[in-house]
Amino acid sequence: MKPAFSVIFLTTLLGAGQGLFLALFTHQTYALFGLLTMQSAAYYGFGSALALLFLCGGLIASFFHLGRPERAWRSAAKWRTSWLSREVIVLPAFMGVVFLYGMVHVFGYLPEIVTLPSGLIIDLSVVIGALGTLLAFSLFVATGMIYACLRFLREWNSPLTVINYILMGGSSGFILAAFYSATYAPTETDFFVGWAIIITLLAFVGRVASLLRNARLKPKSTMQTAIGVKHPYITQRSMGAMGGTFNTREFFHGKSVTFIRAIKPTFLILAFVAPLALLAMGLFSPALLGVAFVLQYIGLMAERWFFFAQANHPQNLYYQTIG
Amino acid sequence: MTQLALVIDLNVCVGCHACVTSCKEWNTSGSAGPLCDERPYEADPTGTFFNRVQTFEIGQYPNSETLHFPKSCLHCEDPPCVPVCPTGASYKRKQDGIVLVDYDKCIGCKYCTWACPYGAREIDEKQKVMKKCTLCVDRIYDMSLPENDRKPSCVKACPTSARLFGDIHDPESVVSLAIREEGGYALMPEWGTQPANHYLPRRKMKLKIHMDELERADNPLKVDGHLPKPAKGESSMDDVSAW
Repeated sequence: MKPAFSVIFLTTLLGAGQGLFLALFTHQTYALFGLLTMQSAAYYGFGSALALLFLCGGLIASFFHLGRPERAWRSAAKWRTSWLSREVIVLPAFMGVVFLYGMVHVFGYLPEIVTLPSGLIIDLSVVIGALGTLLAFSLFVATGMIYACLRFLREWNSPLTVINYILMGGSSGFILAAFYSATYAPTETDFFVGWAIIITLLAFVGRVASLLRNARLKPKSTMQTAIGVKHPYITQRSMGAMGGTFNTREFFHGKSVTFIRAIKPTFLILAFVAPLALLAMGLFSPALLGVAFVLQYIGLMAERWFFFAQANHPQNLYYQTIG
Repeated sequence: MTQLALVIDLNVCVGCHACVTSCKEWNTSGSAGPLCDERPYEADPTGTFFNRVQTFEIGQYPNSETLHFPKSCLHCEDPPCVPVCPTGASYKRKQDGIVLVDYDKCIGCKYCTWACPYGAREIDEKQKVMKKCTLCVDRIYDMSLPENDRKPSCVKACPTSARLFGDIHDPESVVSLAIREEGGYALMPEWGTQPANHYLPRRKMKLKIHMDELERADNPLKVDGHLPKPAKGESSMDDVSAW
């Protein structure tokens, strides 16, 4: 497949935004149970604003993928069958909830919803945060399933696709949360760095697992099944067009084998190895956490590029020779 | 239930592209607007087509043969492109099984092309909506045309009658008969899409002649001496006596 930059930005920005929100609410949950100190309203408020900024960036990027962006509202129609439609519904809902979460913190509107028998007070922000967590995971699942549900694209057609979207988004968001905390609440940094290391390690394992899986895939469709002729030697002499078609532009990445070979170790280092090293060092010098986030973001963009480029569409069998 | 479809006889197709040009001509002139062409007279022309004729070489020189392979939307009975469409612009008609795109609802996200293993859909780069074969839905039901002309444009154009059109759910239709009796097959059956369009394979006409067919055992010229020869005036009987 040809990687589209709109989709690369969309998935990486959303991942960071969702991860950051999950990190903030994880912190609040810990604080609720007295495991960490509850931070100021501004801390959660500005953190939510930062998450919202990333989510908005993703939303804007998504419009660049559409031929007719003015009709984008129509895409909420088929949520019963289409994961893309589900994503279109969950994304604004999640953004709304993140906005509300930030608002109730900033304005201190925290009415008590329920008091647990242990005396723990569940206020409005916790309820909104829980709802946001649910939506964040729903959004990860919807985004991952857009790719995982296409059974012809066997590189994507695996539960690992969804798991990796969750883990890589989580890793990106928790590193961002660590950097954010290092700036505004340095005492909390270690908590986020710890979780970021765990999630980044898991994401590394998940991504390597999917690379290993994809390396062993054998194509189901062949020239023989594509045109229904039983012969070991079938060569295309003409695809029926002289100057390329939509099918040659959309489904081939057009880069050399060397480029593909180079980008795999590049993203593995930038998105996983380098951030892990910087996170460990970030425990002592917080500025490195910012470097870790930026480096990993570049690495995740390379990872997403590779994710698309690696998927080999069966339609390519019909479009091999211009002539 | 009706499922309209094309059956394409690869044994007869000569790769003349008449179906391609006829399809383009009909579908670029309809009420849905033109099928765009870009740089049509330059080095790298490109445009939107519903139908393409591709050419394959089967085997290796000198034992090779050429296969011309017309390819358009197969109007799958279980079309994977339809459920993924977020707007419902892609749909399969209940009454005749044609898979269509509502150009007024399509947002041009291209997700349906990702879900089609056959590469049957092409985006219109000017209108920015997805386009595909409609089985000439604006023609086959047009009562102002003589009944013989109510067929897809490609079918009418084919000079060798390599393209058949009809309802594959009607067991007595010309397409069902062709599929059943001429070995019709579907493309990429491994995905379970159940394409409605079928292809008839290349088949070599071979006449098997046995030696006893070349030399008739009962050749009257060679029965001399084998059968009793009654004397002149005696009675004789066909196949029993020499005369």
